[in-house]
Amino acid sequence: MIHLSDVRKAFNQGKANEFWALKGIDLSVRAGKVTVFRGPSGSGKTTLLTLVGCLARPTSGRVRLRDRDISGLPERFLTDIRRSTFGFVFQQFNLLKGISAVENVMIPAYPLGRDRNELSERAHALMASLDIAAKAHSNAEWLSGGEAQRVAIARALINDPEVVIADEPTANLDSERSRQFLGIVETLKASGKTVLMTSHDPLVCDTAVVDHVVSLRDGQLVESR
Amino acid sequence: MRVWLNKQRNLLDFSLSSLSRRRGKTLGMLTVYTSIVFVLASVMLFSHAIRREAATVLAKSPEVLVQRMVAGRHDLIPARHLDAIRGVRGVQSAEGRLWGYLFDPAAAANYTLMVPTNPRIEPGKVVIGDGVVRVRNADPGDLMSFRAHDGSLVQFKVDHAISRESALVSADLFLVAEEDFRRLFGIPAGMFTDLAVSVRNPREVGKIAEKIDAALPDTRIVLRDEILRTYESVFDWREGMLLVLLAGSILAFAIFSWEKASGLSAEERREIGILKAVGWETGDVILLKMLEGLVVSLSAFLVGYLLAYAHVFHLGAGLFEPVLKGWAVLYPKYRLTPFVDELQVATLFFFTVFPYTVATVVPIWRAAIVDPDQVMR
Repeated sequence: MIHLSDVRKAFNQGKANEFWALKGIDLSVRAGKVTVFRGPSGSGKTTLLTLVGCLARPTSGRVRLRDRDISGLPERFLTDIRRSTFGFVFQQFNLLKGISAVENVMIPAYPLGRDRNELSERAHALMASLDIAAKAHSNAEWLSGGEAQRVAIARALINDPEVVIADEPTANLDSERSRQFLGIVETLKASGKTVLMTSHDPLVCDTAVVDHVVSLRDGQLVESR
Repeated sequence: MRVWLNKQRNLLDFSLSSLSRRRGKTLGMLTVYTSIVFVLASVMLFSHAIRREAATVLAKSPEVLVQRMVAGRHDLIPARHLDAIRGVRGVQSAEGRLWGYLFDPAAAANYTLMVPTNPRIEPGKVVIGDGVVRVRNADPGDLMSFRAHDGSLVQFKVDHAISRESALVSADLFLVAEEDFRRLFGIPAGMFTDLAVSVRNPREVGKIAEKIDAALPDTRIVLRDEILRTYESVFDWREGMLLVLLAGSILAFAIFSWEKASGLSAEERREIGILKAVGWETGDVILLKMLEGLVVSLSAFLVGYLLAYAHVFHLGAGLFEPVLKGWAVLYPKYRLTPFVDELQVATLFFFTVFPYTVATVVPIWRAAIVDPDQVMR
């Protein structure tokens, strides 16, 4: 579904502090599967995730979504692809403070001009399916880590994306919450979603739901199984 | 169309929710903004209404006044000049007027004495303005005495008071009969204070004034339009002076609003990053922030303007009264006729809402064009 060929990404290019986060990645991500990018801090896994998720463009190389080359598309088109194809669960969850959990869930759908009532119904249904319906009207800052993550997952799913991207999803969770998260991933996979995660947590990498583990070190792919 | 409307509605709902999240900042901004619109609108509404009031009053006054000048000073004018004026082609009517000022030691106030021709006042009686009623505590039937030019006592019986409705022009009026006026000031029959001239065709006023001036070289001609211009200048000057005094606060507001509106906090930058990461376009973010700015500025504009309207037309513009109205012992108590000038509203709107909206959009545009992957870091 997603193909990367010789993808490189530099930060501060041409400056004294130039840094190459990715140094020629060739990779294919299959649809309907769960793929984990594993590696130590600074190995380039989050950068790889941002390129795959259309949050950034590669410095060189090709990123193809199905058969479409998306590596050189302007920001506007990337945004369009991002909101229709990808749903994001960030490491810090990145919920907006001061507004309710359900409003946080609906935010990605606002610019699409969907009917407000239908949107609210879908948001509540998603929250119910993730077992956080009771927290729908709680402010985001009042939620526990596990609750905040499930709100972030509901937000990622509001536009019914094909691909769910999660950056270090278990980094802020205890083992019990991590297992609950993997249970949600299993449900997503069963519903046909493609899931991409970064993690260096063995609990995530060694679980049965994961189909594909890609190991990175110093911006290069060292192992793929 | 439906999708577009839904999108605008969703963004407006979200912008209201964003404003309520930053309640302190929003309310502070709204209060200062409303105050500045209130002050500016009050000055503009008041000045405009009072200028209009003056124009309405003057519309009923004669088009041309003829005054005799002696050694550069206004002097009494003989009645024979009336014949010369009536002989000028285009003059509809000409009549002598008697008016003057009388200082009342009991009230320490100056009254404007006039002799009305229609209706005439009976000798020994007086009709007084609202201001005179107040300073002298006078009721109909009361007696008021004054020393005449020769030291003799002249007594008037109050007939009635002039309605408060016209207090703006009648507060200090003291209307007496012609005989009493002449006796009080020692003005002989056949002499007037000045002459009032009406013309048939208003477009000929200038030409007729020239002819009168040529026929009566010892006079000066005062046109109604000139008086109107003088009033305009006086109120323009007062409005300008007040606005200059307020300039400091306007400048402080500009700095405050620029700082508040343009200074994006780290939290706001983070939020913009999140919105972009979850699929908002740069244009959506800018539209959202513009809506936030518009909600604040439009609310402040409407509330400020309505408060100013109530302040000027219902509460007598208490805050600026001494500067804009001037001062007098016989201060007129009156209510201005509400009048709103569209161009003035548009000007105020442009100079308050527009700069604020621009001040909010520029830094947001800068923040909104950052790569959405920032939030992943």
